[in-house]
Amino acid sequence: MNLTAEQITFGVFAIPLVITAAGVVVARSPMYAAMSLVAAFFFMAGIYVLLSAHLIAFMQILVYAGAVMVLFLFVIMLLSLGSEHLEHEKQKAIQLLGVGGAVTLVALVALAAREVMNVDSAVVPADFGTVKAVGRALFTQYLLPFEATSLLLLVAIVGAVVVAKEKI
Amino acid sequence: MVPVSWYLLLAAILFGIGLVGVLTKRNALIVMMCVELMLNAANLTFLAFARQQGSIGGHAIAFFVIAVAAAEAAVGLAIIIAIFRTRGTVNMDEVRELRDEI
Repeated sequence: MNLTAEQITFGVFAIPLVITAAGVVVARSPMYAAMSLVAAFFFMAGIYVLLSAHLIAFMQILVYAGAVMVLFLFVIMLLSLGSEHLEHEKQKAIQLLGVGGAVTLVALVALAAREVMNVDSAVVPADFGTVKAVGRALFTQYLLPFEATSLLLLVAIVGAVVVAKEKI
Repeated sequence: MVPVSWYLLLAAILFGIGLVGVLTKRNALIVMMCVELMLNAANLTFLAFARQQGSIGGHAIAFFVIAVAAAEAAVGLAIIIAIFRTRGTVNMDEVRELRDEI
């Protein structure tokens, strides 16, 4: 089986991505889980670049690895959970049942993914996924959802302050 | 050329990992991180099909998913802080006021 350079690059990003994503679940300390997730987001951005989604890859690092994970780390440090908060309780049967369901879901999607294997990818223009192309779509076809997003973020900011503040 | 099914399989694995985390972990912070992982897996599917179809719409949807995830993280972490302040715990099994007594 001859692998092209693109397929090797996919493996270089995909294998550490799965390992670091598993690290989020395996880690007992929230801090280790958060650092593992930051690494996973960086590898995910590499996968996005392979899909010629340059703007989304950039936003992945800027918003997820930058803003959201810093928020997570701040909260983890703010709560300063001691070692007694580490996971040590027994798993319930319903949880193990859920894990079985998750594995079945992955297997079903893998079976379905084989069906789309033969479809050829479209030939995309050179500026596909760049700031210019995505920006043009966002500000013409998706203008209303885009403006609604700004409203959503405003509501989220106000809501977060109201919920987290001790006394208003 | 990487087949689109590879990306779909990777997204399925990531979604499965996130789902396992949501179901098995009891720390609310780690559960929220696993939700972020699942949102990323959904994004990967959108972008894989956008590349295959040559459609820029998938990128716009991925953009909105990132924005919604940021809003969700901000509000969710605020709720976790509020719960920790009133109860001194972030264990999801101990927050069960709304649960119906069986």
